[in-house]
Amino acid sequence: MQNFSGDTLSWELIDGVVELALHRPPCNEIGSATLQELEQFAEALQAVTGEAHALIIHSRLKPGFCAGADLRELYHRSQELSAEESEAGVRDFLERIHRVMNTIDASPLTTIAAVHGVTFGGGFELALTCDLIVADKMARFCFPELRLGLIPGFGGIPRLKRDLGNGIVRDLLLTGRSINATKAQAIGLVSQLTAEGEALRVARLTAAQVGKFDRATSAAAKRFIKPIPYAELRQEIETFCNLFTKPAVEAGLRKFVESTDAQPYLP
Amino acid sequence: MRTLEQTTDEILGLAATHFKVSPDELSPDDDFFKKLGIDSLQALELLTRLENHFQVELPDYEVQGVTDFRTLAERIQARL
Repeated sequence: MQNFSGDTLSWELIDGVVELALHRPPCNEIGSATLQELEQFAEALQAVTGEAHALIIHSRLKPGFCAGADLRELYHRSQELSAEESEAGVRDFLERIHRVMNTIDASPLTTIAAVHGVTFGGGFELALTCDLIVADKMARFCFPELRLGLIPGFGGIPRLKRDLGNGIVRDLLLTGRSINATKAQAIGLVSQLTAEGEALRVARLTAAQVGKFDRATSAAAKRFIKPIPYAELRQEIETFCNLFTKPAVEAGLRKFVESTDAQPYLP
Repeated sequence: MRTLEQTTDEILGLAATHFKVSPDELSPDDDFFKKLGIDSLQALELLTRLENHFQVELPDYEVQGVTDFRTLAERIQARL
């Protein structure tokens, strides 16, 4: 695998561990530039399997792992296009990001999200594709999409349902509240909790442990225990696209974009 | 069980430590956004620190619109 250093993310292969670092300020919002580089990464990941045993995804930015979709880009693009073109653009984006997420989810490598700070929306969904979430105790998780008149669109609900009981899934989705890493560990979302600033180090130690086992056995165990909910993921795209045409979405996006707060993350 | 005054004092101490402000400069009725000079992202960090310190859950909607330390202490007290 060739190391890569892009505008929004970089990756390198070190001792059998692929490390994908997100670094698009302010908090790794996923827009078209990130999507394009994530697609390059997904392609490289599929080719690397013989050389590696684990993948770690982390952020180099202080505010957090990832604040989700780039809502400013989404709003401005939708203003330039007709309603039909805008919906088609969103559908295309969702189809592409789902392919990336599904590739990471299905990777035979053992995958670890090392998260800190803001892990919201699409960032939370990216973490949910991984086999393990290692969280710094200052991490926070949230699905704030309902305040925009939308549902999570990057595969979040089916993957959260795969991992957690429906009660907490409904709470997170329908209230849009955020939870801290301690709570996330208590409900079974986070597998390892670390001190502040230590998530990546702990993830590296975990990746080294994973490397001691036979790869084929680890991959078989993963396939057995972590089925990918393809039918529900498709359903999610359809529901998202149906909701996207409603007036509440434009109003919600405008409110977000016009907010004077530098980091309008609170739902 | 802490009293409301104790909870308030602990919040002021924690805020002073983490946002590098002298504890003498903070009082219960202060607007913490203005006094600490924080944005909503840092407010989220403060929320996480308070949850970790008091070992409570504070849903965002319970503290939304809260800007002073005293009301914040009341919200936490209700969860202790």
